[in-house]
Formats: sequence, C-alpha cells, structure tokens
Amino acid sequence: MSLTSAPPALAAVTAPRPGCIGDRVLRNEDGRFLAGHGEYLADLDVPGTREIAFLRSPVAHARIRAIAIPEGAEGRVFLLKDLGDIHPVRAVLTSPGFRGSDYPALAADTVRFVGEPIAICLGATRAEAEDLAQEIVVDFDELPPVVEIEQALDPASPSLHGWPDNICFVSTPGGGDLDAAAKAAAVTVSREFRMARQCVVSLEGRGVMAWWDRRLQELVVYSSTQQPHVIRTVLAKLIGVPEHQLRVVAPDVGGGFGVKNNLQQEEVAIAALARRLKFPIRWTEDRREHLIASPQAREHRVRLTAHADAQGRILGLEAEAVVNAGAYSIWPWSAAMEANMVAGILTGPYAIEAYRGRGVTVVSNKAPLGPYRGVGRPSACFTLERLVDEIARAVGREPHAVRIDNMVRPEQMPYRTVTGKLFDSGDYAESVRQAAAMIDVPAVRARQTRENGKGPRFIGLGFASYTEQTAHGTDEWIARGLTEVFGYETATVRFTPDGKLIIEAAIQNHGQGLETTLAQVAAEELGVDPADVVVRHGDTAVSPYGMGTFASRSMVMAGGAVGRASRQLAEKVKRIAAHLLQVKPDEVTLAGNCAVAGARSVPLKSVTDAAFLHPENLPAGEEPCLDETTTFQPLSGTGAFAYATHAVVVAVDTGTGLVEILEYAVAHDCGTMVNPMIVEGQVQGGVAQGIGNALLEESPYDSGGQPLASTFADYLVPGAPEVPTVRIAHLETPSPFTAYGIKGMGEGGAIAAPAAILNAVNDALRPLGVELNETPITPKRILTALHDARTERAR
Amino acid sequence: MKPMPFDYARATDVPDALAALADAEAGVRVMAGGQSLVPMLNLRLATFPRVVDISKVAELRERGETADAVTLGACVTHGEIEDGEAPEPAAGLMRHVASGIAYRAVRNRGTIGGSASLADASADWVTTLLALGARFVIRGPDGEREVAAPDMFLAPYFTAMTDQELLVRIVVPKTSRDATWGYYKVTRRSGEYGLTIGAVILDPARDRASVVLGAASRTPLACTATAAALRGAPRWTDALEAALRVAVAEDLARGDRPFEPHEAIMVETTILRAATQALGVS
Repeated sequence: MSLTSAPPALAAVTAPRPGCIGDRVLRNEDGRFLAGHGEYLADLDVPGTREIAFLRSPVAHARIRAIAIPEGAEGRVFLLKDLGDIHPVRAVLTSPGFRGSDYPALAADTVRFVGEPIAICLGATRAEAEDLAQEIVVDFDELPPVVEIEQALDPASPSLHGWPDNICFVSTPGGGDLDAAAKAAAVTVSREFRMARQCVVSLEGRGVMAWWDRRLQELVVYSSTQQPHVIRTVLAKLIGVPEHQLRVVAPDVGGGFGVKNNLQQEEVAIAALARRLKFPIRWTEDRREHLIASPQAREHRVRLTAHADAQGRILGLEAEAVVNAGAYSIWPWSAAMEANMVAGILTGPYAIEAYRGRGVTVVSNKAPLGPYRGVGRPSACFTLERLVDEIARAVGREPHAVRIDNMVRPEQMPYRTVTGKLFDSGDYAESVRQAAAMIDVPAVRARQTRENGKGPRFIGLGFASYTEQTAHGTDEWIARGLTEVFGYETATVRFTPDGKLIIEAAIQNHGQGLETTLAQVAAEELGVDPADVVVRHGDTAVSPYGMGTFASRSMVMAGGAVGRASRQLAEKVKRIAAHLLQVKPDEVTLAGNCAVAGARSVPLKSVTDAAFLHPENLPAGEEPCLDETTTFQPLSGTGAFAYATHAVVVAVDTGTGLVEILEYAVAHDCGTMVNPMIVEGQVQGGVAQGIGNALLEESPYDSGGQPLASTFADYLVPGAPEVPTVRIAHLETPSPFTAYGIKGMGEGGAIAAPAAILNAVNDALRPLGVELNETPITPKRILTALHDARTERAR
Repeated sequence: MKPMPFDYARATDVPDALAALADAEAGVRVMAGGQSLVPMLNLRLATFPRVVDISKVAELRERGETADAVTLGACVTHGEIEDGEAPEPAAGLMRHVASGIAYRAVRNRGTIGGSASLADASADWVTTLLALGARFVIRGPDGEREVAAPDMFLAPYFTAMTDQELLVRIVVPKTSRDATWGYYKVTRRSGEYGLTIGAVILDPARDRASVVLGAASRTPLACTATAAALRGAPRWTDALEAALRVAVAEDLARGDRPFEPHEAIMVETTILRAATQALGVS
C-alpha cells in the first residue's frame, strides 16, 4: 500500500445532519439554471467582440499546396504564420516507446482529418465569418487516408507522422502465470468485441473567447473548459505569455463529459491571436463542428480470451485492445490513454491472478480521440462482461452467479490487482445479489419461458459489474506516464465580515452539483447553512491552483480540500467564539450558524465581526481574518474504487431489430454519499449515455475518411422516451483512503450500461442462434444477424 | 451553421408568390413552415438568393370539405391537423399521422404542402397522401392544374411541379365511414424520420384497399399485390398472413432496387403490422 500523505482526520459520517454530508439538499445552482439565467460563453456580452468561423479541412489527408485569401480580407483571415511564435501541441507520455507527434494550432503544411482547423476568419457575426471562410481557396494535394483500425495496423499503409508505421504505443500490463491458468482450465472462451467511435455531445458545444486587458496587462481567455488552471499553464508555455499575465475563466459550462477536459487547438489559436489584436474575439462551436471536429471517443477492437474452471471461476485472462486514436495526440492525456486504460483494467472487479494484456494505440485520419465519460472503462466492462456471460453459458450456470463467485471478496480488501490497482473497500458480490434481487431473476426467467418464441418479441436479461477507479492520485498519473501529475486538489474557505461563507475551488462545476455538495461539506464542519454558501470556481483569478473536474475526482478531491480547510477554520472560529463566550474552545460546537457551548451561544456573525472588524475582541495572540487554503490528496495513489452491478431486462423485436428497455436496476457503492439525490441523478444520467452507447450512437466514416454523421439526423442520442427510470440501491462502504470515506462516482452509470444491455439482447436472441458483440446494436446489425442465423440453420 | 445571405420576402397572396417565382433565373425558393429549408440553408447545403415566405397567405391556410373530399390549403400545419383543426377525411388516419411527425415544435410550423412539395421519400405525408389517393392542386403561370398522387412524387426531392409553380391545396378523398386503417412507422428513436413506413387503408364498402410502403426506397412504393390480397379479407388468418407474405415479396420485387436482407425483414414487418392494425388485430 502506498500512502502519499498523512491519514485524513475526516472520518466517515454515519448519521447525516440537516444540510450536511448525507442530506438530500436541493441544489444551490438550480435557481439560475432553471430560470435560464446561467451565463455561458455565447451569452457573454463584451463590446466590440468579433465572431470567429474556422476554415476547416474538407479532406481527410492532404498536403496544403497554397491558401488563397480573397482580396480585401486582410485583418480578417489568420493562418498559423499570423499567430506569432507559438509552439505546436506535443502530447506525449514519458513511457519508453511512446511515439510523439506535433499538433499545430492551425494546419499549415498537412491536414490529417476532416474538420482540422486551417484558418481563423473574423466577422461582425458568425454568418459573416462563415461567408469569408467560404471564399478562401485551399489547394490540396490529397494523400491516401488511413481510416479503419485494420488499415492503421497494416504496415503497408501510409505513415501519418513519419514513423515506421502508424502504431503510437503498445502497453503490456499483466502478471501471474497465464500458461498455468490455461493448462488448469476446464473451459477457454474467446471472442472479438468492437465498440464504435462516438461523439461526446455535450449540450453546450465548446467555445473560446479572448482579449487583451490593457489595465491589468493580461490576456483573458474565457473557455468552456473543465480545467481552467491547467489550461492556463499549458497555454502560457505554448504562446509565450507568462502565467501571471494570463487569466483563464470557465463561465457556466453546459456539460463536459470529457470533451472539455483537453487542451483544444482552438484555445491555442484564439489565445495567440487575441494577444495581437485590440478587440475581443469569440468562437462558439456549432453542432456540426462538434460532431466532426471535437475530440471523439471509443473505437475499440478487443480480443479477449478467458481460461476458467468448471464453475466458471476465471483463472487467467488474455487481452489485446486496439484503439483507433485518430490523427493527433491530445494534451494532456495523449493518444494512448484509451488503449492503456482498457488493457490496464480488463480484470474488472474480479480476483483474477493471471493476466496478459496488450494495449495498442494506432493513429488514423479521423478526429483525435479524447476522454469521454468512463474513458476506457465502458469498453473494458463491455468486453469482459460479455465474456463472463459466455463463460457462464459454457459451464451451464446463471451469469450473475458466476459473477458472484469471481468477485474480489470483502476480506481481501484492500486488494492489489494483477495490474497494480488497489481496490480499497466494499462487498462487490453484494452488488450483484442486490441487483439480481431488484430485477427478480426467477420472475424474468419465468416470463421468458412464457413469452419467448410465441411472437416476434424476445425478452432478455443482462448483468454487468465494474469497478470505477476515481480520484486518481499521484501514483496513478505517474504510472500512466503523464507529463503533468494531477494528484491533488485545492480549496480556500473564507468567511466574510457579515458571517457568510465563500468557498473558492479550483474544480469546475458543469452539472455535478458541486456548488451544493462543497457547501454541504463546509456545513458539516462549520455549522453554516449550505444554501447560504457561495462556491466560486472555474476561474484562475478567484481560486488557488488546482486541476479541475474530470476522472470522477472533484467530490473526493475538492471535497477533501474543503473539508480540511473548513476543519482548520472551525478550530479558529471555536477559539474566537470561546473567547466571546468565556468558555474553553473544546466546549464549543458549530451548528445552525452559531457557535454553541452548552446553553450559551453566539452567532457566527459575531465571530466574523470580531475576526475582521474588531481585532480588539480577539483572544490574545489570535490573528485577524478567517480564511484557510488547503490541498487534499487521497491516501492511496490509485484513488478510491466505486463499484456497481447493473441489471436490465429488454425486449428485442425480431421484426424490426428495435430494442426496448423494460427494467433497469443499479446496485452501487460510492462510499459516503454527500448528497444521495445528486448521486442518483448521476447514475440516471450515466445510464442514459450508456444506452446511447449501446443502441444509438456511432460516428462512421467512409473509406475516404469523411465523417458520415455530421448532424443530429445521423448521430442519434437518446431522448427522454428512450431512457427508463433507473431503480437504484445504495451500498455505502466508506473508503479508508479519502476524507469522509467518499468515493467518486460520476462516470459509473455510463460504464456498465453497454455491457448490461448487450448481455440482455444476447440473452434474448440466444434461442435464435444469434450473438452480437459490437456496439451500437442497431436494427441493421440485429436483423442482419437474425438473417444470417436463419440462413445458417437452413443449411 | 449560419446561412449565406439571402433576400427575404413575404408573399401577400398566391399571385404575389407566383410573380416572385416567375423569373426562372432568379433562384427563388418558396418557404412554408421552413422546417426543412431553414436547416438546409443553415448547413449551406442549399443556397438561394431569395426566399419567398408563403406561410401567411390566407388562401393557403384555408380548409374545407365536400361530401366526397376534404381540401387542405398547402400551409395547414401538422399541428393543426393533429389538433383536429382541419377536417378529417379518413377515420382519424390523418390526425394520427400528424401527431407522429417529428416533435411538436416542428409540427407547430411545418406544413402539409411544404412536406409534399419537398417530396422527401421518408416524410409521413408523402406516404400517407399516396395511400389516400390525394390530388394536388398546383398553380403556375399557365393557371391551375391537378396532379394525382401517383404522378406527383417522381424521385427523391423531385415532384411533378416546375420551379414556377406553387402547390396551393391538397384534395383528399373521404373514405367511407366504416373504413379502417393501419399506420406503422419504424424509427430508431422517437421523433426521427421513419426507417420504414407502412400505410394500409381498407374500405370494404367501396371494395378498396390501399397499401403503401414509405421511406424504404427512392419514392413510396404502392404495394398493389398486397392490397389485392387484403381487399375483402374479413379478418386475420394464418392463410391470409401466408398470402400477404407472398404478396409483399411480389411488391418488393418491383421496388427501385433490391432490398438488403435486414431491410427485407423490416419492410415485411412494417407492412404486415400496418395490415394487422387495419384488420383490428391487437
């Protein structure tokens, strides 16, 4: 076990108090959001702003021979050479063997995917800027594109970045004696799985606005980002503006899901240009740009082999995951993030002692791949959990029973996996038992016997279990070879003289409810009303340095930092209150906006009045003012692991290939819940995205590298009618490694849904001889498989 | 996704609109509800120097009925049909179809005439109006003419109208009171265009059966063999189902291209389910 800092004194909360950790508090931020009073990037109203349209590549792979800018467009069209001395983005891992490549802010010599930005065009309106972009003529010398995984793996394909081939990185995690496992196995089951390329589809697209502030002599960059501080750091390096003259602000951000958790080329280009202009410029990504040119997600091909005993107990696992990472490596995660993660976590929640993994990252002429809710986990969960169902069939047992037998057991905790992750706590098998009970397995099996085969509708039952690594600490990011280590989070907690509280956090709240849950943590320690706490975030000018919101980290990390700062602040509040009440500090408790000692109490307002405005009322030696800044790191460098089991019942219409979700149940454990209502919303929302992954969402490309889904007519996302209400059971095992025992959980809902739904569809169609191992399972894929199975039977 | 600059004019009446369309070189496009045209303009898939908005032309908003038929002005909206603010010719079929077009926001503005004039093979009205045997009243420089549904939809986005003509109203023959119908649309998610549409109208009192398959090919396919098999069928039987499967296959063979295996399954399902609805099989 690796401990990176002293154990936190912040123990798990067992009995929630009103407004504190564990209470179902209504969200502070909903007032402005529900009334339409949020302020997003496109809402900013700064006089003199000109709007940007990017000229983007219409071809997948070409050299640029010449760019002809229309006469009279001087000062309105800008190419890479017009942005000054800036560096290309070079997102690499420190891992030996990683092949780096440059990603210029604007393409100057070569374009490598449809949608790659080439020029910035300015206009008084976006329409005018688009008119201008349309007038620019680029002379392309087209090159053969590399599109699909098989092409990218073929050494005969053209090399995108001057490497010997198009393989960016190969990771080989594993351990244990796989050969012995294979020898001892009663059954060996192998399959190939594919998960399609997806778009992320945040409700608000990306966007950047920037100007030079003459008074403060600083470059102001507004960006719809999840991580303003980190963006400031990297922008400063790339465009040559020192960090103390650079302010990055994330205003209200309409969803991120990972697509705003990268450095964006548009950020670099716009920041560099704004420094050279005397007026603000803004780019608001439209949906077409989002679907074509934003970082995309998934596109995995995983080959998996399991060796199991006669009970289905997995003795060893062998995997090869190939990920098509697209044209460029994205900062800071690098092109290899997905493949490395899939290969690194494929043993799932199971006690599998022998594993040989291979994660292969290839590049191609598609949009670059970035993080999307779940990152490699939906694919890892999908492949492993599909295979567990096939193992169960091979040994003739119920799939959920085989899962239970394979799970890491509570008495093994903390459990070090064969790939080096430290599972912290929990009863994994109990999540299977609870999900099975909620979905009522015997009733579903009876219904299948009754209904299947009587008509076109076939009922199926599917399970999927996973662990979700959250709040990754220092060790994890170092092990992954990242050039920056996102191991901590920071917060300042400060009272104002009138007794109110402000939290200044470096995370960014874009739908997670952090303006409420961080207030609940402060309420836990300081006895304030959470509705009365202001949480300021998303702005390098208002909070100390921190890493941002991603990887299911903010509640653990920022919650821990707010908790520690509040605890320290509470000590000072108690000392001052004790002085005012004429009692000892350890007699004072904080509750209901008051400091209380037995029958006597003083309002916090009196304490802050003394602290800020009447130092003569402070105890001797006490410094004025009331604020604290602290950082937090989890005790385990690999973070805290949440886990869950999803169970789903589907009806597959064999006449249309449509899948209807009849029941959906989730039993999960994210440790101590700060606000169960928000937790449930996260589960429900994640499942919605997982349903899209399983059934609807796919970004296909043609053989020329043209993306075929460029509007919502072609890229289907689930709407309310497609998403059932998810029944949720909470297990609550506090993590021993985090403040209050909180585990992250933001991605979980999206992780298991594709696996559970595919398992259910396969369960339904098994009598018809159909097996589907590719997402999304579209009507075309289901009906084609049914047709093929029918043809096969007729032979 | 902003349109190229274009001139906008609102027509006050039909002659006004026709005058705008008269110059074949001017590249004028008619806009009714704008639910297809505006996205195409925004995506710069279509560019027109001038757009003439006909949505406020009173004549095009009229609706009426005779003993035999219902007449709908070209600018009657899907929402108005859904809400029963237009006469119903076919025992509720048109209201049902209207209620399933895209989303209410689209139905509030989109018009039946705009849909018919665009002639998207996946559009609900194109299939439905063919099944109902509607007639299209078209006015142009040479006066008015009437085009029957089978002659109206020639190819995707291509009708019998010239660029100088305007669809002014649609005449939909009434079914008899006892007519029944089935309408089955396969969509991957609610509100999307159909992958396939099956429309079946059975009118035994007039010894008439009509079956149209929409969305699956370049233009809606009149399934005459299936209609013949259904005509006079009193109820659903295994024998009828077997006969229908044969008839559907016969109809599909006359399609404008061979169907892939998965399409053939979906198309057969679509037609048979529309037929079961029309025959009152739950």
